[in-house]
Amino acid sequence: MLTKKELLNLQFIDARARVIDIAAFLDRLDRHDGDADIRLGYFTKALSVLHENRPDRAKAVLEAFSDMTVEISETAPFQGATGAPVS
Amino acid sequence: MRYIEPHAHMVSRTTDDYEKLAIAGCEALCEPAFWAGFDRSSADGFFDYFRQLTEYEPKRAARYGIKHFCWLCINPKEADDPGFAREVMALIPDFIERENVLGIGEIGLNKNTRSELEIFEEHVQIALDYDLPVLIHTPHLEDKLKGTKLIIDSLASFSNLDRSKVIIDHVEEHTAGMVLDAGFWAGMTLYPESKCTPNRAIDILEIYGTERIWMNSACDWGVSDPMAVPKCALEMRRRKYTEAQIGKIVYDNPLAFLRQSPRFNL
Repeated sequence: MLTKKELLNLQFIDARARVIDIAAFLDRLDRHDGDADIRLGYFTKALSVLHENRPDRAKAVLEAFSDMTVEISETAPFQGATGAPVS
Repeated sequence: MRYIEPHAHMVSRTTDDYEKLAIAGCEALCEPAFWAGFDRSSADGFFDYFRQLTEYEPKRAARYGIKHFCWLCINPKEADDPGFAREVMALIPDFIERENVLGIGEIGLNKNTRSELEIFEEHVQIALDYDLPVLIHTPHLEDKLKGTKLIIDSLASFSNLDRSKVIIDHVEEHTAGMVLDAGFWAGMTLYPESKCTPNRAIDILEIYGTERIWMNSACDWGVSDPMAVPKCALEMRRRKYTEAQIGKIVYDNPLAFLRQSPRFNL
């Protein structure tokens, strides 16, 4: 396995670019008119996980975007997925 | 580097992609039956699709020295109408004995409905009746966690099911552990925008180990990359994995699972 230093050498620039992209996405949303929807709330909740000192941040982010209900509906309201539970 | 692409929807890909796969070292690929990007209007559409999977695609792959295998079912996206789903399932016995058919798949859930679950369980029973492996699709994005739990709970009701003959695909960090802990195989799908990136897939291997797990491109008509597996192998090399460690994930593991089907003659 790589050392922390080797991993930073390999992936720091890519990870840095992704963080800037997220910041720019939030700025872009701010600049545009209209109201956001519940997806932005899930996004903000997921971002807060990044500050937590834990070994499973990726899992926690995925859980933050997951449908946690247990009920089973009879039929599907629509076929696709939106990335966060919107209904 | 030789490898097996255990999940690819080649009916949606060009012949150029077969050439790229062959150049990258792909010796065999497996094509689960799935959604075509639109709902088919009749069971006849599936009859033709099953012919494509069992007659046409093996020939197209063979031109590039790749062995083509497939799985049969009605996919969960079109299984929400149980009457229609059963019409399609009635076609399966006419195709299941064909020489490139490995088993039943990719069955599973899409929006986690009762109808989807009912059809999923009927498919599992077909696999048991023919003593064939099962390949399971887990839902997308926000529905994956709930759907994976429902699938694992449902499979627990089949007391005679050999879990080593079942692979639950499209796992991510929040579902890999529960699939492996329950004794099933796990598949990781490498997609550019959803599911796993190469680096996340490698992380999952580091966290959950390298037993009973494979990776695939699941390339289809959507945003996907048929070269995802060799690209992930390259990333493993950059992260100092040995050729033997890479070979276990991209060749030995899929071979071990797929050989459980009597028709996987690689």
